[in-house]
Amino acid sequence: MEASRLPGFLARRVVKSVLVVLAIVVCNFLLVHAAPGDPASVMAGQSGAADPLFLEQLRRQFGLDQPFHIQLWVYLKSVLSLDLGFSHRQQAPVAQLIAERLPATLLLTGAAFIFAVGGGVALGALAARRVGSWADSAITALALTFYATPLFWVGLMLVLVFSVWLEWLPSFGMSSVGVELHGMAVVWDVAQHLLLPALTLGLFYLAVYARLTRATMLEVADQDFVKTARAKGVPEGRITRAHILRNALLPVITFAGIQAGQLVGGSILVETVFAWPGIGRLAFEALLARDYPVLLGVFFCTSVIVVLFNLATDLLYAVIDPRVEVG
Amino acid sequence: MRLLSVEGLTVALPPGADRANAVQDISFSVDPGEILCVVGESGSGKSITANAVMGLLPKGLPITGGQLVLEGRDLRATTPEAMRQLRGQRMAMIFQEPMTALNPLMRVGNQIAEAMQVHGEGVQAARRVQELLAAVNLPDPAAIARSHPFRLSGGQRQRVMIAMALALEPALLIADEPTTALDVTTQMQILRLIREIQSRRGTGVLFITHDFGVVAEIADRVAVMQHGRIVEQGNAAEVLNNPQHAYTRALIAAVPHGRATAPATQVGQTVLEVRGVRKTYRRGGWFGGSVSVSAVKEADFTLARGETLGLVGESGSGKSTLARCVVNLVEPETGEILFHGTDLRPLNRSQRKPYRQRVQMIFQDPYASLNPRRTVGDAIAEGPITHGTPRAEALARARELLALVHLDPGAIDRYPHEFSGGQRQRIGIARALAMGPELLIADEPVSALDVSVQAQVLALLAELRARLGLTMLFITHDLRVAAQICDRVAVMQRGTIVEMGETAQVFGAPAHPYTRELLDSIPGRGWTPPATGG
Repeated sequence: MEASRLPGFLARRVVKSVLVVLAIVVCNFLLVHAAPGDPASVMAGQSGAADPLFLEQLRRQFGLDQPFHIQLWVYLKSVLSLDLGFSHRQQAPVAQLIAERLPATLLLTGAAFIFAVGGGVALGALAARRVGSWADSAITALALTFYATPLFWVGLMLVLVFSVWLEWLPSFGMSSVGVELHGMAVVWDVAQHLLLPALTLGLFYLAVYARLTRATMLEVADQDFVKTARAKGVPEGRITRAHILRNALLPVITFAGIQAGQLVGGSILVETVFAWPGIGRLAFEALLARDYPVLLGVFFCTSVIVVLFNLATDLLYAVIDPRVEVG
Repeated sequence: MRLLSVEGLTVALPPGADRANAVQDISFSVDPGEILCVVGESGSGKSITANAVMGLLPKGLPITGGQLVLEGRDLRATTPEAMRQLRGQRMAMIFQEPMTALNPLMRVGNQIAEAMQVHGEGVQAARRVQELLAAVNLPDPAAIARSHPFRLSGGQRQRVMIAMALALEPALLIADEPTTALDVTTQMQILRLIREIQSRRGTGVLFITHDFGVVAEIADRVAVMQHGRIVEQGNAAEVLNNPQHAYTRALIAAVPHGRATAPATQVGQTVLEVRGVRKTYRRGGWFGGSVSVSAVKEADFTLARGETLGLVGESGSGKSTLARCVVNLVEPETGEILFHGTDLRPLNRSQRKPYRQRVQMIFQDPYASLNPRRTVGDAIAEGPITHGTPRAEALARARELLALVHLDPGAIDRYPHEFSGGQRQRIGIARALAMGPELLIADEPVSALDVSVQAQVLALLAELRARLGLTMLFITHDLRVAAQICDRVAVMQRGTIVEMGETAQVFGAPAHPYTRELLDSIPGRGWTPPATGG
């Protein structure tokens, strides 16, 4: 896209994203109302005192006696000022709980994402470059294996091999317990803990990217402009990098945008297997404990992240592919 | 010294192909400053020859014999890396399809600069790119250099390709059908450009084409290829005016001659009248501005029974949109489409149904217009069956129709992929005729076909028209074809019919400047093909 059109494009996309987030918040609110019993009875139940007078008092205190649209307005205002409510179970504001857990999840999913995209594109490009060779067969077979293996099983096997048998890597948590570490030692400690869960979370997507990259590169390699490049004497290595790979990356970026959103939600399983203190596990615990404010907070937070990733993908796409329609 | 000499070149086809060699024992040469045209139909091996010289043959097609010598250097003994050095520097190539020949993600200036960088000439690239773009007559070279290919038209892209090929002043330029995908006026500009640059720089050109009109326009010498062999070669004037080989004579005879046929004898009642039809394509949404393109705006015409009206124009002139409005594949915003006096435009689906079978359409691409998973018989019989004809009767009729279009009626159980392009177009015609139409709309029915096949299909259409008394709306970008088959022509430009009249009159004494421009752009206009006995 022309650089001059980028600000307008960005502005329109941001407006659309804000609308989507608003819709999500409204859905959130409706979900609370659809749940049996209003929040006051839930709270009363949690505090163990459910006499009608107390309920009435709670309802007045939280504005539940107000008409529907006023309640919606109050809820929207509080969410948009980032007040996500209070968890009576954990005796802490939901926003604070999420803020404590979010960095761990972003670290885990970010690492898995980079591993999957980087490794997958590299393997796929290698396989396409040497199509038909043993390297191509090996990469294809490996990708198919990862593609077909369930995530939790991979996680358990990795723990079994690297933690239990070889004792190279820790099997759970984010940092070593009961050890006082400083500076680079902390980074090294977290990196060791990060390796297995990130691998587990990333392997499936690595396989998808490898297959996708290989297939698209082979397709692009047959196109006319590659022949043009050859006819003007461009060396093979440069043809692969500047002409084939760059065009083949477009579908990879599309898929990466979808995956980046899914990773945050999809990390629940891995966080549980590896006892990783992220929001996936927070959501899981909240679900078991029927802690609705926390659950809805996590829901809101992950939705916003998905919307942000979509926005980032659109932008990246518009920068890379000049043909992207504006609007 | 010869610039390029090819001696006894043989390129093998993979086992199981319809012949053993793609190219067999061919010899020719190109001198500096000379244009050699290699002429042949699809599958004759002319593109393989070009790729063999460039060292760009795919792995499945090995050179099994012969010599290729460029400027005294034996190309078959040259290492792949040295070949790469030669490509772009001593010999360069331009391709047929300008829409796909440029990398869509790279600015065109960078693509031209790349040709210089990979040969170690990157330092002067920035300055040279604009010079080159100016040399191929592109306006505002600085802006073009910064553009991505999708912003440029087909003709502009082909100019960019030529600029790229000429970047390092190669001694040999290979042009593989460089104007086939272009409009007639653009084609003439590109041919003139190639001619001009070639004579200014003394470049030798190996020019591949299937069009004898182009040959007449540009060639110094001609080599005619058939089934992988060169059947005739010699000076352009000699081959064009006094062809020796039977195949050359057949090819030249098949070239649409551009002389108008006698107009239809009597004018019958009006079948179709189109009045005030407008069609505007819009794009855009809630956010941001919308773009609108007026495809058809002033295009009134009438069509009398038994008459053929040619709708002539370049791509984007709105001729296909207009035809699609008549069969309701496109819905116009305003206007009247009167078929025997009934306005078809406001009719709903069921009201329109009786008219559908009376107006039928033949499409351009014989490969895309037939469902590959249905037999030919099903394709032809489907229309009548959906209109209530019993299946057995419809299939029997399909056999008759196949015979009518000169195909074996036994072909009814076969699938489209078993047929050549010309045969498929015959199937498409049979399918249109199956409905027993009065009005046939033919949208570029011969544009995708080789010239000899094109001549056969045109002859078939003329025959059917006479036998069945069909009225035809014939859409084409090729004025020579229009002259051959149409009683009257309407010339379209940017959605407007600028001139309409009897073919002989429009072509003989064009009134509108655009018509004159189109006629002047017909390649080989100065050449009258010799009358040949066959």
